[in-house]
Amino acid sequence: MTQNTIELHQITQQFKCPKCGHIAEYSGRPNERVIVTCTSCGNKGTITLPETIPSPQSTNGHAIEISYLKKMFGDFTAVDDVSFFVKKGEIFGLLGPNGAGKSTIIRMLCTLSRPTNGSATVAGFDVVKQASKVRQHIGLVSEKMIMYDELTARENLKLFGNLYNIPKDALDKRIDELLRLVRMEKWADERIKTFSTGMKQRINVIRALVNQPEILFLDEPTLGLDPQSTAEIRELIRRINSENGTTIILTTHIMGEADLLCKRIGIIDHGKIVALDAPANLKKIISGTDVSTFEIEISNLNPRIMSSIQSLSSVKSLVQEDTTHLLVRANGGDAFDTIIDSLRKNGAKVRMVKNLEPSLEDVFLQLTGREARDKVSENNVSSTGSGHGPHRRRASRRIR
Amino acid sequence: MAAKDVLRHSIWICWKDLLEFSRSKMRLVMLVLMPLFMMVMIGFIFPSSSSISNTPIALANNDPGSLGTGFVQQLEIINNQTGMMKLITATNFNDIKTKLQNSEVNGGIIIPENFSSNILAGKQGEIIVVIDQSNPQMSLTIESVLSKTVAMMGEQMAIHNLNVTYQVSMTRASSMITPYSVQFKGIIPGEPSYFQFVAPGIIAMVVMMALMTGLPHAISYEKDMGTLDGMLAAPISRLSIILGKVMAQTIRGMIQGFIILLLAVVLFGVVIEGSILLVIALVILTVFSFVGLGILITSFADKEETATMVMMTFMFPMMFLSGVFFPIQQMPWYMQDLAHILPLTYATTALRKVMVLGADVSAVGTEILILIGFGVILLAVAVPMFRRAMSR
Repeated sequence: MTQNTIELHQITQQFKCPKCGHIAEYSGRPNERVIVTCTSCGNKGTITLPETIPSPQSTNGHAIEISYLKKMFGDFTAVDDVSFFVKKGEIFGLLGPNGAGKSTIIRMLCTLSRPTNGSATVAGFDVVKQASKVRQHIGLVSEKMIMYDELTARENLKLFGNLYNIPKDALDKRIDELLRLVRMEKWADERIKTFSTGMKQRINVIRALVNQPEILFLDEPTLGLDPQSTAEIRELIRRINSENGTTIILTTHIMGEADLLCKRIGIIDHGKIVALDAPANLKKIISGTDVSTFEIEISNLNPRIMSSIQSLSSVKSLVQEDTTHLLVRANGGDAFDTIIDSLRKNGAKVRMVKNLEPSLEDVFLQLTGREARDKVSENNVSSTGSGHGPHRRRASRRIR
Repeated sequence: MAAKDVLRHSIWICWKDLLEFSRSKMRLVMLVLMPLFMMVMIGFIFPSSSSISNTPIALANNDPGSLGTGFVQQLEIINNQTGMMKLITATNFNDIKTKLQNSEVNGGIIIPENFSSNILAGKQGEIIVVIDQSNPQMSLTIESVLSKTVAMMGEQMAIHNLNVTYQVSMTRASSMITPYSVQFKGIIPGEPSYFQFVAPGIIAMVVMMALMTGLPHAISYEKDMGTLDGMLAAPISRLSIILGKVMAQTIRGMIQGFIILLLAVVLFGVVIEGSILLVIALVILTVFSFVGLGILITSFADKEETATMVMMTFMFPMMFLSGVFFPIQQMPWYMQDLAHILPLTYATTALRKVMVLGADVSAVGTEILILIGFGVILLAVAVPMFRRAMSR
């Protein structure tokens, strides 16, 4: 997969693809020769990055600039020489599996964790040398909620407002405004512990807005929320960005969320940025290749059919969506034919086959060689238990 | 950052902590119950000489002569006045031994067969006191009470004999038999009581516990919950966080300290001899001397669980070595040396001097200086450690 890896470093330069003319930004170390793949046509080529390093103080209208950021925990490298920037007013997504280093990057940018190496500026201030300046301009919605259960919503907001030195009158007005924004006025004087998870998260998000931050950090903002609350929070994120022009950087491991919300996405794996572009451009990485995704509906789906498809050399992954639906990723021009042949041979009753548009999930798989979530194993486990008759019987026999 | 801001932020954090605390009914109940239990427990489990009353003592009179019977009669007269013993008749040593083993008695008195004959022959009459080696505290008390009683009886007998045999006046006779007499006089009125001794120590200890357990707990709990990140990401000094927490814990510890003081005065009749303002000042100084230690433990312990373990390891030796429950003068020299490196020792000593003996500032000057020294040194080490731990 390494040939597809686009590593972004301090130097970012625009290059024009000699084949299709698509212009894209590529990054790397100064003077580094990088093998890149055009996100538009899939053409591979070598580029050489220039030598000059732009001064970290020049923000170029960037809300966040990161260069060679590195974080080690003992021998473990959580963040490995990461460099990228976030433009003012955009929603930027850091996408990657759990443990990829997303939260560590956020923590370093929020001055909660000191980088082992490299530097970063947030709102034009250095995160190490000018930490308290940085803190004035940011809001943080962490993975764990920053709220006190025994305090009411208003008391929580009041506490943090006072830590930001907001004058009393302005703060009272601001708190009412924020509560109205998330339609929580009625619950303002109730204790947090009486709230549902969705309500808590709404307060948690507006708590980070109390100081009217230029940059809002959201670390997995929809983790553990029900679908309705998830939609509400996503809508809130969009409103915060569009109404106030707040720059937002969010982390997520949900591809759909990043696709839906973010203007640009950095895909991160094992502490490295493996690709960074607009979602539409990222998906072009896939369309340029011969990987395709099929959704197949089989009325008599059974483990034998599944294992026969899985054993095909062209099939890269197999996901069982429910009792009749399969999601198959395969490469090669004849992938479709071989799959259909195999299905026929095993007596599968195929109701429908759909060639799906490439998703970010495909991009991620293509770039890292694995799923963002371990969806394959998850589904295999669940199908053993809750699957249909023959499958279950066979599984239990195997156990004995 | 301006000192005013640091203070203002810390007051808000303190406000938050106290508000959180006051919302939890269970914690409020414990705030009052803990010192109450402590006081009642410590006040009553340790024996004092006055706790000897109606103690069952076996009495075996093996003397066939009349002097043994006379001794028993006299002993009964004295005991009727003091009510210390409940005399139970026994036959001999073995009988007393069985009774001791069965816990029927706590000790025994044997008047041997040759008691009368020895005295009549001009020798000393011997009395045997049987003690229970499994209960050294009780044995010690019985030993001293009985030997005092027997000595007193002997004196009276001697005075009586002089008076009757040689017609010496009673006063003269007693000055001949016991030429020296002792009078005990405390520097403050009243009898010494264990509560008097232990109350100042417990106040110092509760304040210490509030900081040593409360502070690491308060911070590592917020760290575990993730709420600490909210404060760390806000443009406030690290000092504000620790200061706010210290204030909240100090107020909590002081409230408990005052509950103890109140209980000691109202329920246990402890009299505060010194100035109450000096007592308050000393309690605040105790807080100051422990703050650094609390912060240090907080910085080292990354999780709540670790914090609790580290704190326990330090707290128990401090509690028992600092003379809160037993005077350090009773300890072997090496333990005394160890006690002298613990700030709690000085806090306890100073509080005791002021509360019990009515000492003024000049009398506790050394302790005050040492406590300030402990506070300054520990803070000088702890604050940089805390700052480092917070930006890991």
